[in-house]
Amino acid sequence: MRQVIQVKSNNRLFGILVPIISVLLGLIVGAIIMLISGHNPIEGYIALWNGAFYDEFTIGETIRRITPLILTGLAIAFAFRSGLFNIGAEGQVIIGWLAAVWVGLIVDAPMIIHLPLAVLAGALAGGLWGFVPGLLKAKLGVHEVIVTIMMNYIALYVSNEIVRSVLTDHDTSTEKIAATASLGSEWLQALTFYSRMHYGILIALFAALIMWFIIDRTTIGYELKAVGFNRHASKYAGMNVSKNIILSMVISGAFAGLAGVMEGLGTYGNVSVISGFTNLGFDGIAVALLGANNPLGVVLAAILFGVLKEGAGEMPSAGVPTELVDIIIAIIIFFVASSYIIRWALTRFKKEGK
Amino acid sequence: MEYVIEMLNIRKEFPGIVANDNITVQLKKGEIHALLGENGAGKSTLMNVLFGLYQPEAGEIRVKGEKVNITNPNIANELGIGMVHQHFMLVEPFTVTQNIILGSEPKGIFGSINIKKAEKEIQEISDRYGLKVDPSAKISDISVGMQQRVEILKTLYRGAEVLIFDEPTAVLTPQEIHELMDIMKSLVKEGKSIILITHKLKEIMEVCDRCTVIRKGQGIGTVEVKDSNPDELASLMVGREVNFKTEKKPSNPKDIVLHIENLFVQDVRKVDLVKGLNLDVRAGEIVGIAGVDGNGQSELIEAITGLTKSRSGKIKLKEKDITNLSPRNVTKSGLGHIPQDRHKYGLVLDYPIGANMVLQTYYKKPYSKVSVLNYNEIYDKAKELIKEYDVRTPSEFTPARALSGGNQQKAIIGREIDRSPDLLIAAQPTRGLDVGAIEFIHRKLIEERDKGRAVLLVSFELDEIMNVSDRIAVMFDGKIVANLKPEETDEQELGLLMAGSTTNEAGDSSEVK
Repeated sequence: MRQVIQVKSNNRLFGILVPIISVLLGLIVGAIIMLISGHNPIEGYIALWNGAFYDEFTIGETIRRITPLILTGLAIAFAFRSGLFNIGAEGQVIIGWLAAVWVGLIVDAPMIIHLPLAVLAGALAGGLWGFVPGLLKAKLGVHEVIVTIMMNYIALYVSNEIVRSVLTDHDTSTEKIAATASLGSEWLQALTFYSRMHYGILIALFAALIMWFIIDRTTIGYELKAVGFNRHASKYAGMNVSKNIILSMVISGAFAGLAGVMEGLGTYGNVSVISGFTNLGFDGIAVALLGANNPLGVVLAAILFGVLKEGAGEMPSAGVPTELVDIIIAIIIFFVASSYIIRWALTRFKKEGK
Repeated sequence: MEYVIEMLNIRKEFPGIVANDNITVQLKKGEIHALLGENGAGKSTLMNVLFGLYQPEAGEIRVKGEKVNITNPNIANELGIGMVHQHFMLVEPFTVTQNIILGSEPKGIFGSINIKKAEKEIQEISDRYGLKVDPSAKISDISVGMQQRVEILKTLYRGAEVLIFDEPTAVLTPQEIHELMDIMKSLVKEGKSIILITHKLKEIMEVCDRCTVIRKGQGIGTVEVKDSNPDELASLMVGREVNFKTEKKPSNPKDIVLHIENLFVQDVRKVDLVKGLNLDVRAGEIVGIAGVDGNGQSELIEAITGLTKSRSGKIKLKEKDITNLSPRNVTKSGLGHIPQDRHKYGLVLDYPIGANMVLQTYYKKPYSKVSVLNYNEIYDKAKELIKEYDVRTPSEFTPARALSGGNQQKAIIGREIDRSPDLLIAAQPTRGLDVGAIEFIHRKLIEERDKGRAVLLVSFELDEIMNVSDRIAVMFDGKIVANLKPEETDEQELGLLMAGSTTNEAGDSSEVK
């Protein structure tokens, strides 16, 4: 019995320590790489800090950068909690972005109707993009990883084609959306020296709250987690396993779709032909992993990644290439993914300290 | 007296727990030595220490009087210690010979494997100990009992002098158990020594010379089996008196609760495994289904509980037709189900044990209202069941995974019985459990019967079937081939019926419906 209790508290401690140590190790290795390549790591990190927090403007931009990362992180984490790996957040972002802007462009209504409608359209489109792989998984057993990867490409090219041929006349960018559908906020912009920060951060934080509520407080979450942990026991208990798989993918897709909404209605106000992926969905995988698939953890991890990515823009001023931040992020992920090494080292350390 | 293996005052700690505390086992040459203890008593830990998988914190191991340091299983092998694992480590598409030589293949010129030579050697060993194994047969084609003998051959081929058997009879039919006992006797006659890990007292009484008892990690002592008896061994193991014969009043069967008519069920390969089965279970009786694993028992249960669709036939629960209803609707119709595989079906192991207590009822009041869970109600209920069914757990928030098998099973039984189902299906309810837990579970099943519920018990343990059932239905090849009264039959007859002989061949005292 004593063993059980100890294991439990150890796990909780490890759960918090592993991400923190991974982040520190990532920063240390980054410093070493800067040293080897002949840069001053202290200057490099000061530049990074300034890039993210120098003044109100950069802070505003950092928050703008964090907003969609929270949502894609939630999307991946949500699917993970029911045992599904949604690689398709990327496509769901693109399609959510497109749908939100489309509604923003063609609907003419007062803000109180127009904005929620556009946001909802983005979430629904993302949900639809999650529904297809969910359905195929539940009914035919097709692996969701394969289907979601395919769906990413479909989203990319469908979106490009619609921008080119439907929303514009062979142009690469649509017009700006109507002001009634915009998430932009003059108040927030004034507060941050006219950064592109928008009300979307509130939606993202609210979404984290929603995820916590669904997963931890409702029978829906009870079923979703049960299906994720043990499909057989869930079926035995009378749960509808297929329904739960589909539902999980739809909700996950809706979160990712909202991330697209942030870009479409908040940051850019339009949708453009893109040559490659936005990477928001793929970064979401890293955010979810670092955040241990927990809503609060996801928010914290998204803040970290948003800061690193925004701050990276300033690093060339210290002569450090921006790619270094990608290396640091990769190393953090490496250590989180191989948390076994950190656990082993911690246990070893503890034993010797005795 | 010379000892081949001595484990002296072994102590093994894990963080926060002492798994072995001052245990001494001394194995004489040519004896069968039982290692007896409840689940979680530390038997496996001790054997893993001997096998080099764990290093002891204190104590020493001697082989033939010499102190040794076994730091990995290869050293154990070199010292002539072989382990026959409970879960066979065999490559199914390979032949017996290929499996046995795997890892120590006899090389011919140019590094080719000399299969012929190996086959001959294996045949010789097989003949010497009466193992009756065909070296060229494929593993996938031979019976479970035969597979176990291949595992034995494997250790002998590698030159083992000491064989450790880890719960070897759990997967065998009564006849196969007999054969295994004979093989063990012939092994010691040839000078081998055996350690038998078990919690089955009957086996110890039958073949063992001495028995070392472990309780809660402590070495309780070693006794000569011929000077002891099952009652003494059981009380040494559990630490209190144990009641073996399950006491029960005669049954008083009433209306038919479960009625199965001409049922056909297929497995995933679309092969009929239940072939026109008929069965009735009445209120107030326990019907035990006896049979060798793989004769359609699992498919029968899955069909009743709604986990699998039946191909044809009819299943009625009370007056309601439940054929091919969903598991939830079958549960709602009044079914409790203690599943055969408690880890796969019975529990969500990563959920707290408390959350597992409402696995079928979480969506109902008071456990949730408009889809929002009420944790207070859930954990209050859990606390109540944990207390009533004596589930030993640090708290209701402990993950189900952290509980011992017996306590997990008690939790499942509590949950299933608490819904007051008209029909309770108990599939292998005591598999892998120790006598204390078995006693408890049997008592609960009989209590349910006395409350007027119908109980369908499926078990591969004949003792259990004989002890608990009011009526025995023998299942063979997807059908019920005989209906017997436990007091009018014996293990011999049941064993033959389970193997497919007709009642006339097997005996005459039984009535066939």
